[in-house]
Amino acid sequence: MPGPYRETDLTEKVEAFLSDLKRGGSGTGPLRGSAETARETTALLRRITAQVRWSSAGDLMEVIRKEGRRMSAAQPSETTVGNMIRRVLKIIREEYARSRGSSEEADQQESLHKLLTSGGLSEENFRQYFTALKANVIEAINELLTELEGTTDNIAMQALEHIHSNEVIMTIGRSRTVEAFLKDAARKRKFHVIVAECAPFCQGHEMATSLSKDGIETTVITDAAIFAVMSRVNKVIIGTQTVLANGGLRAVNGTHTLALAAKHHSTPLIVCAPMFKLSPQFPNEEDTFHKFVSPHEVLPFTEGEILSKVNVHCPVFDYVPPELITLFISNIGGHAPSYIYRLMSELYHPEDHEL
Amino acid sequence: MADDVTGSHVTIPHGQKSKTFKSTSEAVVVNTHTVFSVVKRLPEHIQVDDPDVLKKLAKKLERQQIPRRLDYGYKVSLFSHLLQYSRKAPLTQQLSIPSAVIHPAIVRLGLQYSQGIVAGSNARSIALLHAFKQVISDYTTPSNEELSRDLVNKLKPYISFLNQCRPLSASMGNAIKYIKKEISNIPSQFKEDDAKKKLLNCIECFIEEKIVLAAKAIAKSSIEKINDGDVILVYGCSSLVNHILCEAFEKGRKFRVIVVDSRPRLEGREALRRLVQKGISCTYVLISAVSYILPEVSKVFLGAHALLANGYVMSRVGTSQIALVAKAFNVPVLVCCETYKFCERVQTDSFVSNELDDPDDLIVTRKGETQLKDWQQVPRLGLLNLVYDVTPPDFVDLVITDLGMIPCTSVPVVLRVKNVDLL
Repeated sequence: MPGPYRETDLTEKVEAFLSDLKRGGSGTGPLRGSAETARETTALLRRITAQVRWSSAGDLMEVIRKEGRRMSAAQPSETTVGNMIRRVLKIIREEYARSRGSSEEADQQESLHKLLTSGGLSEENFRQYFTALKANVIEAINELLTELEGTTDNIAMQALEHIHSNEVIMTIGRSRTVEAFLKDAARKRKFHVIVAECAPFCQGHEMATSLSKDGIETTVITDAAIFAVMSRVNKVIIGTQTVLANGGLRAVNGTHTLALAAKHHSTPLIVCAPMFKLSPQFPNEEDTFHKFVSPHEVLPFTEGEILSKVNVHCPVFDYVPPELITLFISNIGGHAPSYIYRLMSELYHPEDHEL
Repeated sequence: MADDVTGSHVTIPHGQKSKTFKSTSEAVVVNTHTVFSVVKRLPEHIQVDDPDVLKKLAKKLERQQIPRRLDYGYKVSLFSHLLQYSRKAPLTQQLSIPSAVIHPAIVRLGLQYSQGIVAGSNARSIALLHAFKQVISDYTTPSNEELSRDLVNKLKPYISFLNQCRPLSASMGNAIKYIKKEISNIPSQFKEDDAKKKLLNCIECFIEEKIVLAAKAIAKSSIEKINDGDVILVYGCSSLVNHILCEAFEKGRKFRVIVVDSRPRLEGREALRRLVQKGISCTYVLISAVSYILPEVSKVFLGAHALLANGYVMSRVGTSQIALVAKAFNVPVLVCCETYKFCERVQTDSFVSNELDDPDDLIVTRKGETQLKDWQQVPRLGLLNLVYDVTPPDFVDLVITDLGMIPCTSVPVVLRVKNVDLL
C-alpha cells in the first residue's frame, strides 16, 4: 500500500476514536466500558507504531506522546486512555533497553544509591536505531492486548475465595467487572445481593435485572437507604472508574457514602479493579477531579419556574480515600491499598507520568 | 413485690392489677406506687409474619366492619414482618358508599393518607385532629349511654381504618392518646353540647400549643444558631425546618441553603419551591452528591418524625446517611423536633419497625427504557422502598425542642417529666 493512503487511513481512525471519546463522556452511562476503551486505545497505538514512519525509539515515543495528549484531552475523565499510552511508552523503553543490551533495572530504578553515585540525570535520548525494535514493540503490544482480553475473567476467577455461602453483599451502580465476579461465584454458592440504584442515572437497575436473571437473589434499594440497610450486609463489593496513585478511588457518586457506612459498621470494602484502571494521578487537583453533567438529570426542565433561581449540581464522580478501602482485587491478585504505589512504579515510568 | 423495671410506660386502666398480653414475655404485677411497667402490646403492623396475629386482626376488622388491605408484591425476606401496600389499591375502593360505620371525613382522610396527598408528621396529625373535630361535632349520644365511654368506642373503628390505610405515626399516636384521655375525663353531669364544646376546645388548644406555638419557640431558639454567611444543608421537606429558615430570613440573617433530595419521593422539590418563593438562595442536589457538596456546608438542619426513648432519631430514610457523612466532615448536625413527637419506644436499627412503601415507585423510565418494568415476573428480584430510618445519637449534636436545646440523650428525661405532669 502506498504511504500516503495508509497515513490518511490512520488519521481517519484516530479522528473517529477521538470523536467517539468526546461523545461517550456525556455521563449518561458510557457508550463503551473502560475495558473496551483500553483495548481500542492499545489497538490504535499498535497501528500507529506499525504505520507511522519513525527511525528511532525517541521518535516513536514523541509521536505516541503527541497522539496521546490529543486523546486524553478529548475526554479527560477517561483515564484508561492515558494509562494505556503510558504502558506502551514503558514497553518501548523496555524494548529499547533490551535491544541495547543493558538491563532495565539500571535505567529505571531511582534508588538513593544511584542518585548519589551517578550524579545528574541519565543521558538517555533513545536515538539509536535498531532493526528489530519495531517488531519487538508490536509483539509486546500484542501481549498487552492479550492481557487486556483476559482481565475480567482473571478477576472473576478469584470470586470463590472471597464469597462464602449465605452472604449478603452490597454493591452500587453497574460495573461489568463486579457483575462477572458475582455471577462466577453464584455458579457454586448461594448468596444475596443488594444493589443501590445510584441516582440519577439509575444504572443499578440494569445490574439488578442482569444478576437476577442469572439466579442470584437481588434487591434494589434507593441511595437514601444505604446506611439503613448496611447493618445486615456482610461485604461491600464495588467497581471503580479509576484507581488513583495514593490508593484512593475515583468512583461513581454515592460511593463515598457507601464507604463511610461500611467503615461505621466495620464491613469490609472490596474493590474489583483491573490493572489498566491504575492511574498515576493524585486527587489534589480540585478543578480537574470532578466532572459534571447536565443538571436536567437532577431537576428536570418541567420545574421551570424555580430552575432559574437555583443552582443545581450533578457530579458524576466521588473521591474515596484509601483508609476506607480494605482490599483491591485485580487481574494479578489481591492487594492492600498501601501497595498500589509499588504496582504503579512497575507499570509506568516516572517520566511518563506527565504526558 | 413489684418489679420496678424502667421501660415503656403504659397507663394501666384503673382497677386492674395485672394483665397478661399474648405477645409479651412475662406478666408483671404492678402496684399503684410504681409508675413503670414492662408489659407492652406490640402493634400488629410489625407482626405480619405471625399467622395468629393476622387472624386476630382479621376478626377485629370484621367486627368493626372495616375492609382489610392486602399485601402487594414480593417482599424482601428481611422485611417479611412488615406490611407492603400498593398505592393503586386504596382501601376505600372496598368500602360501600355511604359507609354506615365510618364517618365520611375519616374516609376522606384515609384516602388522603394512603395516596400520599397528606404527608409529613405535622400535616398528618393536624389533619387527623381536624377530622376528629368534625366527628365530634356530628356526634350524638345514644340514650342509655355515657358520652365519655361511647365516644371512645366510636373512635376505635375509625382508628383501625386509618391504621389500615397507612400505619399511624408516632405524632398521631400521641394525639390520639391525648384525645382519648380528654374524652374519658369528661364528668358525667356535663350536658352533651357543653361536653362537645369542651372537647373541640381541647383539640384547638392541643394544635395551638403543641404544634403552632412550639414551632414559634423552636424558631426563636434556632435563629440564635444561624449566623450570617452560613451555608445550611437541609434534607427533604420538613415543615418545621422550612418554617425556621423562613423566619430567620425574615429576621434578616444572610445565609444560603442547600436542599438535598432523594428518590423516589423527591420531597425536596417542595421545600425548594417554598424557600425560593421567600427569596432564599438555594442549591439543589441528590443524596448521592452529598460528599461532594458537604465541604461547603457549615451546618445541617434535620427534621424528625419521632424521637425515641433511647435517643435515636426516627426520620425519613436517608437522614442517618446525611448525619453520617456530616460527622465524617465535622459539620454540626442539629435536629428540630416538637415535644409531642417524643415516643416511648426504643429501637436500634431500621428493620424491626418501619414502613414499606409501594415498591413500584422505584421504577423509572430513562431514555425511553424502563429497566424494572416486569420486576414481578423475575423470580428473584425484589424492590425495597423504605420510608423511615433511625439515626444513632452520636451523629446528632443538638436537638432543638420547644422546651429548649437538649442533647439527644436527654429525651427520656423529657418523657418522664411529661408523664409525671400528665398523671
